[in-house]
Amino acid sequence: MSDTTGSGPMLAADGRPLKESLGRALRRQKLRALALIAPLLFFVLLTFVIPIVSMLIRSVDNKIVENTLPGTVPALAAWDSTTQDLPSEDVYQNMFFDLFNASEARRHTRLGSRLNYETTGLASLFRTSGRNMDSIGEVFQDAIEDVDPRFEEGAFWFEMMNGAGGDAMLEMRRARWENLTEQDMSADIGFMPSQAIIEILPTTAAAYTDWAIWTVIDEEEVVSEEDPWEAVYAALAIDLRNPATGPALAAYKGPGAEALQTLAAADLPDLTFAQAFLDLDEDWADKEVWETIVVYSPNYTAGYFLNAVDAQLTPEGVSMRPDNQQLYIQLFIRTLQMSLIITGSCILLGYPIAWLLANLPVRTANVLMILVLLPFWTSLLVRTSAWKVLLQQQGVINEILVWLGFVDDANRLILMNNSTGTIIAMTHILLPFMILPLYSVMKTIPPSYLRAAKSLGATNWTAFWRVYFPQSVPGIGAGSILVFILAIGYYITPEIVGGTDGVFISNRIAYHISSSLNWGLAAALGTILLVLVMALYWCYDRIVGIDNVKLGG
Amino acid sequence: MADTKQNDSFVEFERVQKSYDGETLVVKDLNLQMPKGEFLTMLGPSGSGKTTCLMMLAGFETATHGDIRLDGKSINDIPPHKRGIGMVFQNYALFPHMTIAENLAFPLEVRKMGKSEREQKVKRALDMVEMGAFGNRRPAQLSGGQQQRVALARALVFEPELVLMDEPLGALDKQLREKMQFEITDLAHNLGITTVYVTHDQTEALTMSDRVAVFDDGRIQQLAPPDELYEQPQNSFVAQFIGENNTLSGKVTKIDNAKNTCVVQLDSGEEIDAVPVNVNAVGERTTVSIRPERVETNKERLSPDAHTLKAEVLEFIYMGDIFRTRLRVAGSTEFVMKTRNAPDQPRLRPGEQIEIGWLPEDCRALDA
Repeated sequence: MSDTTGSGPMLAADGRPLKESLGRALRRQKLRALALIAPLLFFVLLTFVIPIVSMLIRSVDNKIVENTLPGTVPALAAWDSTTQDLPSEDVYQNMFFDLFNASEARRHTRLGSRLNYETTGLASLFRTSGRNMDSIGEVFQDAIEDVDPRFEEGAFWFEMMNGAGGDAMLEMRRARWENLTEQDMSADIGFMPSQAIIEILPTTAAAYTDWAIWTVIDEEEVVSEEDPWEAVYAALAIDLRNPATGPALAAYKGPGAEALQTLAAADLPDLTFAQAFLDLDEDWADKEVWETIVVYSPNYTAGYFLNAVDAQLTPEGVSMRPDNQQLYIQLFIRTLQMSLIITGSCILLGYPIAWLLANLPVRTANVLMILVLLPFWTSLLVRTSAWKVLLQQQGVINEILVWLGFVDDANRLILMNNSTGTIIAMTHILLPFMILPLYSVMKTIPPSYLRAAKSLGATNWTAFWRVYFPQSVPGIGAGSILVFILAIGYYITPEIVGGTDGVFISNRIAYHISSSLNWGLAAALGTILLVLVMALYWCYDRIVGIDNVKLGG
Repeated sequence: MADTKQNDSFVEFERVQKSYDGETLVVKDLNLQMPKGEFLTMLGPSGSGKTTCLMMLAGFETATHGDIRLDGKSINDIPPHKRGIGMVFQNYALFPHMTIAENLAFPLEVRKMGKSEREQKVKRALDMVEMGAFGNRRPAQLSGGQQQRVALARALVFEPELVLMDEPLGALDKQLREKMQFEITDLAHNLGITTVYVTHDQTEALTMSDRVAVFDDGRIQQLAPPDELYEQPQNSFVAQFIGENNTLSGKVTKIDNAKNTCVVQLDSGEEIDAVPVNVNAVGERTTVSIRPERVETNKERLSPDAHTLKAEVLEFIYMGDIFRTRLRVAGSTEFVMKTRNAPDQPRLRPGEQIEIGWLPEDCRALDA
């Protein structure tokens, strides 16, 4: 230890600056500490943080609409939903190609389910319409093949469409397929749209490219050997309807030029796509369908969260759902209320037991402690089922009450399949979580305090209330937080004994996860629950102070 | 009370017995009378029943048999909070969630005293123990000695006539303990409070008390002022328990009732002089007890016909104010002699042969 006289930095024995040496020594310690907690950190990250983050994302994620309808969504942007008119023919054409591709990839039903959460009936509309997109295309295919049979041949098509310079189009169509199928579509397909064709027949080129990618990558065929699907013929018909196409074709000299010119001169069906959709299902003339698509077209939506608080998104903005569809706010309130009641009854029942545990002779207290812990050693499901046996109308409790004459046989108490059942069973199940922290806090309160209070002239009650109780409050706090937070997210017990009006928000979450498959809504409900618990915890910290919570010691 | 002769005793235990399990008695036939204003210490090893006695007096334990009277009235059936007895606990038992002032106000509050009077009394009590500036602190913010004072003030603030203290100084360090011993006795005497003090520290008992009750095996072995207790122990337990003590065992060979002396023949054959305390007949076995500081090496201070014993110095320890010499006497190697560090006092060397004796009244022939 040399340097206290000089003005330079303090040096360690080996001549390095002391700060650096200290930093090095501390860094090693920190690394070791980090290495020790690394497995836990990894575990928590993997099983806790990542699922929660992904849940949060899922509650606002809405990419499915734009991924499934990549052409329709931009086309709909021009549509003003406040007018009386239906969307333009352009929107229907885009919808045709989007739905055609989606049904090939069997993705249209997923979008239908998604939109059905917002407007009922869309699931079946998308399912049946998607199935029938071929038939719309067939109208044009038949007409075109009647004019020139060469259009039946895959090789002819390939020669006409293949060329150079269409990289941009190819990559764009690839990206759409990738978004739709969530699969890798980057393999070489042995086809490149010709720039000349793209300029004259843009819709056809796009539809043919779509088909080519799908044919090669999903069906593993060769483009030049296969006949294109119906959408390509429909696209050709659309292109030929464009008045600019005829003059452009006249100047075209590439492969198939003569056949195309013949086709341009021929008489093709004048079926509009709007009409074709209406023929499939008259719901396509329902403005609400299109409004729903417009409202839920952005990649991120507040829709699930609004849903979770009984609101909905409409073209006019956010509004509450009709009274008969409201469910969740009431359910949240009930969950909170019942959790509070359960916490309260746990305090009432647990406090005396904890007091006994802390004050009885060790031997007796140990026996009692085993009785308290016994439920812990029994499966949760068994305990809850046992309550079912006890609480039902022909169950043990009712039988005893009837036998004792407290209850009339005809008016047996309804203790189950309602909130009473949930409260009784959950109070029992969560009681140890109240008793144990209470006990460990009470154990640290010496009996001499009560004696001191009494010797100072306090009655038993005053001594308890003024001296003992305030010191046990940290235990009540700890127990209440534990019980309340456990109760608010409880699932199994309300599910088994709760019936309809004794269920919690978590039962609804489970329903959306496993039955209705509305994961977005489940995620939004879960997120709200999480935020609610954290807000309550924050309030608790503010009011009581988390430092005042003791689990013992 | 029909018995008028007990009117002068403020606290009275009459034939009190206590058993916890119905099989053994923790307190066996306790009789004790305390006049008003006395500072009485219950001293004894742990498990001797002293704390049980205190708890019975405070009302936290009920006597299995017998009568406890306070100011002439039986308090057996009066609950603790109505007894009006101040109590200082071993670990002070200051309520941790209240400030010092609130702690002191507590007994006044439960007595429904008005706010201004309460504050005045709290202030006076805090000033009394020189803790006036600490009213707004919490117990955890005070040192052990300060908490001790507050506990004392709290036990006194409602002006009880009887204060019980259960080893109140046990948690303090030696220096602070000595200071507090003085303060407590001072306060008790100034206020004229009757005090029952429980301790297992004999120095504390001797320095503080008017009278000391030595407990063992559920009985009071001796109840006497400190000097009497030290100099005239009534049995070998008290002799052993209070202060340092040399014991030799033997048999009584002669009793002179007129001079109140006797001769004891030790097991090694030598004869010594002693005061017969609880030996009655020649031939009885006895344990004689001699305080180390009463052992005499200077023959001139002994009577000419006094018996002396040969002793061999085993160890000589210089302790500053005194010399502590361990001797081999009559077969015992644990015989200790304490001599004052005076100019004429010889410093003995191990192996040296000396002769020792004592005044007959310093050597007490007790029960075997």
